[in-house]
Amino acid sequence: MGDHHHGPAKGISRWLFTTNHKDIGTMYLWFSFAMFLLGGFFAMVIRAELFQPGMQLIEPGFFNQMTTLHGLIMVFGAIMPSFVGLANWLIPMMIGAPDMALPRMNNWSFWILPPAFLMLASTLFMEGGAPAFGWTFYAPLSTTYAAPSVTFFIFAIHILGVSSIMGSINIIATVMNMRAPGMTYMKMPLFVWTWLITAFLLVAVMPVLAGAVTMMLMDIHFGTSFFSAAGGGDPVLFQHIFWFFGHPEVYIIILPAFGVVSQIIPAFSRKPLFGYASMVYATASIAFLSFIVWAHHMYTVGMPVAGELFFMYATMLIAVPTGVKVFNWITTMWRGALSFETPMLFCIGFLVLFTLGGFTGLMLSIAPADFQYHDTYFVVAHFHYVMVAGAVFSMTAAIYYWLPKWCGRMYNESMGKTHFWISFIGFNITFFPQHFVGLAGMPRRIPDYALQFADFNMMSSIGAFIYGASQLLFLFNVIATIVAGKRVSEEKVWDGAEGLEWTVATPAPYHTFEEPPAVPRPAGTI
Amino acid sequence: MASDTTTARGYEKYYVPESSSLAVRATIGLVLSVFGAALVLNDMTFGAQQESSNSVWVLTGGLVFFVFTMASWFGTVIKENIAGMNSGQLNQSYVLGMFWFIFSEVMFFAAFFGALLYVRQFAGPWLAGEGDGGRMNGLLWPGFEFSWPPVTTPQEVVGGVDAQAIANNGAFISQEKSMAPADAHVWYAWLPMWNTLILLSSSATVHVAHTALLSDNRRKFNLWLGITVGLALVFLGLQAMEYYEAYALFGLTLNSGIYGSTFFMLTGFHGFHVAMGMTMLLVQLVRSLKNRHFTATDHFGFEASTWYWHFVDVVWVFLFLFVYIL
Repeated sequence: MGDHHHGPAKGISRWLFTTNHKDIGTMYLWFSFAMFLLGGFFAMVIRAELFQPGMQLIEPGFFNQMTTLHGLIMVFGAIMPSFVGLANWLIPMMIGAPDMALPRMNNWSFWILPPAFLMLASTLFMEGGAPAFGWTFYAPLSTTYAAPSVTFFIFAIHILGVSSIMGSINIIATVMNMRAPGMTYMKMPLFVWTWLITAFLLVAVMPVLAGAVTMMLMDIHFGTSFFSAAGGGDPVLFQHIFWFFGHPEVYIIILPAFGVVSQIIPAFSRKPLFGYASMVYATASIAFLSFIVWAHHMYTVGMPVAGELFFMYATMLIAVPTGVKVFNWITTMWRGALSFETPMLFCIGFLVLFTLGGFTGLMLSIAPADFQYHDTYFVVAHFHYVMVAGAVFSMTAAIYYWLPKWCGRMYNESMGKTHFWISFIGFNITFFPQHFVGLAGMPRRIPDYALQFADFNMMSSIGAFIYGASQLLFLFNVIATIVAGKRVSEEKVWDGAEGLEWTVATPAPYHTFEEPPAVPRPAGTI
Repeated sequence: MASDTTTARGYEKYYVPESSSLAVRATIGLVLSVFGAALVLNDMTFGAQQESSNSVWVLTGGLVFFVFTMASWFGTVIKENIAGMNSGQLNQSYVLGMFWFIFSEVMFFAAFFGALLYVRQFAGPWLAGEGDGGRMNGLLWPGFEFSWPPVTTPQEVVGGVDAQAIANNGAFISQEKSMAPADAHVWYAWLPMWNTLILLSSSATVHVAHTALLSDNRRKFNLWLGITVGLALVFLGLQAMEYYEAYALFGLTLNSGIYGSTFFMLTGFHGFHVAMGMTMLLVQLVRSLKNRHFTATDHFGFEASTWYWHFVDVVWVFLFLFVYIL
């Protein structure tokens, strides 16, 4: 029989039945982009309603459904699956593996996502409407006072959890077991490291989220009292369990973004990453700390002072490893031969804006100050600086950076740069003013506001429309690249790029590394 | 030299199935199951007025389809292993997969144990007026006193609460207010103690089966594996008796407040996991009896099931400690 090289199957069965990590990665990426547009559309509805004070377009109840679904879809449907897609495409190519460790389960973790989100989106058309209790679904809003569609929401969350856990187990098994001979842990590209640690976080906390929604389900349908003080339980218990999941979750979102930036900045600085080992340890420290800071989301629920102090200091500690990372990225650029192609622009945008989001995070970590900021637009501004300018910008950078490798065609650089500048400006017009309205006391998740906030809100809305529109330019650029982009055939699409994925042919063949490659790079480089 | 099992440079080939419909079939089963379950629950709680609802059939169909797909999935993996397609590296992937799956299960139980400890250490005393929020007790739940196991619920003390869909009434109807150890003279009639002994010994018997397999003694292997499955059945039987007692004799139910909630959810999920583990072991027994599967060096299907079984056992030890004794 010998070696036989086979390409993909034809037609729809290629995608339904595939076990190929590149196919599955592609499906994850397109699915997450579709969810990004859907969640983005909901955001546009929210900003349109907030364009002017007073009720303009939609009912308050529907506004609540929009904020809820926007958050859920962006977190679970757009950002998380997009990084899983990236992991699928890149991890086997970066560590010299023939595929993911468990290819069939890989396909399964993808295919349960679309129906789960279909189920979640279908709640919009159910009696009583979609979930309207915010993406954090605090009890009793999500139990005693929820619309019947909450049951479908709960099961959708269960399926997303199953998908994430299987995907993460697959990534852990791949990284631990499939590295090419000589690819020691401390030679792995940082993107692989960040995903290994992220996958561990996911396996640790997604089951806790499953526990939380299961308790909700039992409270709603079987009369248990987990979140009901009347029966001896406590609604605050829900918040503790939710944030025990929820805080690691924000690192689940941002750590792979750190990994992406750690690949791209060295490439366009033409220097190895500064402080590789400290990057690994910083990532691990952030992951560890993420388990002991959850209650900083709950300073105002009436915790004992000792608890407030513990969670405040523990949270502040996170600034240390995060600072290590930021300084390492800057030092990598220091005296490098810099060039500013689109991926690099998005990474620099990430660096500046994520750091701003980190600083507002530090402000929020101060318990007494948080009593003023809590549940205001200041929080909204903070987490959009780390989620959008952090995770989404780095994801965008990743697409521009690796797309030529994947499809053998170069994107349109000036369109890419235009996309960056419109995104960067639109993003800041949207979210920078929200710091001010937040500090002045405008509460989040409310469809109307006091007249004094009108100007800043109109700015925010205009910025949001600009940012939203720029994503259509991105979509167009990606499709145009795949269909008709200028062909590239060099193995190293970028002259400064390092790593095994740049040693295979361009476009990357359907199967790579059926023969483990020799690992050439010295320790301590990217 | 390249061959069927090695690459040109002499590495073992990693088997990647060319394509597979298993994932899509499993998706259909899983999605139908949860969709059906959601419909059934909403019919139950929010009342579907129409007489005939098909939701039960969606649920049942989904579950059946799912179980058959899983059987065919595991069957495929077993066949591949027997056909010699699995390299040592691939087997290691399964080992890692099972380990991290069990870790995720541990974290699932951690959520429920966390809820139990939080209620006992914090929420309960606070409801009864301890701590900074003490004055609220007089306003919200005057007269409520906390103890574990709780004698009443706050709602019972104040005589009802608005907007409570289902009453959490704490209506214990017998002297027995908990599943904690009964009086000393009837200790031998206390089911959880017997269940602890049974489950702990089943971990030992499955270990004996494993040693027998390692020394190629199939008769002994089958015997001790069979005994393990039997013990699992006895455990589940006793737990069913215990639930019957709780519901029918003690009035301890899912809606009798937080004690019933934590008690039934913790022991219930554990019982479900015992049933899963027992099914896994039973499958291994049938494989050994019918098809003479497993050798002294190649038996990960069995070994993974024993890991799962030991995990279920360890969870029970914590349950016994925190739910029944302390």
